[in-house]
Amino acid sequence: MHPLKDKACVVGVGETAYTRGTDRSQLNQILHATMAALDDAGLKPHDIDGMVLPMPMPTVEHLAANLGIPDLRYSASSNIGGAAPVAAVQTAAMAVALGIANNVLIPVGWNAYSGAGVRGAGRSGPVGLPPSFGLTMSEYYMPYGLAVPAQWFAWLATRYIQEFQVPIEGPAAVALAARKHAQLNDKAYMRGRPLTMEDYRNARMIAQPFRLFDCCLETDGACAVIISSAERAKDLKQRPVYIAGTAEGHPLPADDIPGRKDFFKIGLFYAAPKAFEMAEVGVRDLDFVQIYDCFTHIVLLELEALGVCKLGEAWQFVQNGRIELGGELPFNTHGGLLSEAHVAGVNHIAEATRQLRGQCGERQVKDAEVGVVTGFGDFGDGSLVVLRR
Amino acid sequence: MEATSQYKRLLPPMRGLARDFYGYCKQHELRFQKCSSCGAWRHVPREMCPDCGSFDYEWAKSAGKGKVFSWSTTSQPMLPQFADAVPYAIVIVELDEGVRMATWVVDVPPDQLRIGLPVEVQFDDVTEEVTLPKFRLRKQA
Ligand SMILES: [Zn+2]
Repeated sequence: MHPLKDKACVVGVGETAYTRGTDRSQLNQILHATMAALDDAGLKPHDIDGMVLPMPMPTVEHLAANLGIPDLRYSASSNIGGAAPVAAVQTAAMAVALGIANNVLIPVGWNAYSGAGVRGAGRSGPVGLPPSFGLTMSEYYMPYGLAVPAQWFAWLATRYIQEFQVPIEGPAAVALAARKHAQLNDKAYMRGRPLTMEDYRNARMIAQPFRLFDCCLETDGACAVIISSAERAKDLKQRPVYIAGTAEGHPLPADDIPGRKDFFKIGLFYAAPKAFEMAEVGVRDLDFVQIYDCFTHIVLLELEALGVCKLGEAWQFVQNGRIELGGELPFNTHGGLLSEAHVAGVNHIAEATRQLRGQCGERQVKDAEVGVVTGFGDFGDGSLVVLRR
Repeated sequence: MEATSQYKRLLPPMRGLARDFYGYCKQHELRFQKCSSCGAWRHVPREMCPDCGSFDYEWAKSAGKGKVFSWSTTSQPMLPQFADAVPYAIVIVELDEGVRMATWVVDVPPDQLRIGLPVEVQFDDVTEEVTLPKFRLRKQA
């Protein structure tokens, strides 16, 4: 058995309201989400002694000072964009399993709608890009007018659609399922705003082939999760949710999309078999998947990377309600980045945790025992965690 | 070609290996790194050969011929410096030498692009210092 299997748990999850428009700073949002996660776990700020940060700002120093943490024993960061939060869970699990820290905080928050987040890239040019891929972009892509994720993932999607003859019904099924699930989630920004196939089809093009509703939301807010050892988790407020398997993976090369010999092989293709092996779980055992849904076509590719279906076949799999609640493999039961909020997928970890605790009310997956959360970021870095109750 | 003094779009930072790559473009030569040890061509430029680990390379001249591999069509302004160009396609061209690069195909509108279209390099002297390699449709031999 793998030494990390079931040795760490998600013990607390919490978030702010997800809005468009806020008076709160990014730091203030993150602190509120952190307090909500601590309350959920039955812990106090001084119980946090480790942090793994999936975003460069604010710093661990800022967070520790505000929270009044007396002894921060462990800190790390993961700079792989949207793959970072789930990769941070892996790092946090190792830290608590080895006794390096007791309770590790993983927070993400930003004012992506009001501030200089996703949208800021469009207004004033990208700021503070991580050096991992910022170099390639500024030297070889930006002189041709490419600088935001919708543009670089359109490279993947354009070829994917043509090579595998993917009809519009493929990505549409992903967008519609996410929006349908958001109608059952009080926290979802898109609750009360249903989406029809006609709306989807008629929406404006952003970066072809991505229409408006193929793209994740821009929202203001924060979400946080807390990881503790399995030993400690037993004495905390909530039913423990075990980290059964986890892994990280990267495309080759990770810093340049055009140069990939294996063009569709995103990082998740490398990571998924490792995490399933660690968890001793097969893809057929999953009760749900929470997939990093920056773009609908990327969700299709991630389903293939997980082994749910073969390369090029996910568009068929997602038809007929198979990824909706009540279907074969419910996906993003909270609405995801497409319809709940964009907090870099920490909300996916929170949703998976609540599903496994049985706290999801009318969107609860019946008898959910095991599920997967994926991360996807930068130019195709990947991560996943297999969670079980 | 743009009027050079009025060019408002983004320019590559002329440093390190990018300075070398664009330096050859300024001489209207498309050159890529070619490993002196194993002979592999590569782009984007790198300090080491990812295939064999060698630090030794030459800047080998490409014939400048290739095919459209994929593209990304920008339908809404994303960068203010390129707002006037919308809609435009950032095309991945696969050169006959095997490397792929991001570029523009200047004489094919985005909705006419097809995988496998044969293209050849041309050079756009956008400023006095910077020349960008772009491509045009090539009549098949
Ligand atoms: Zn070599």
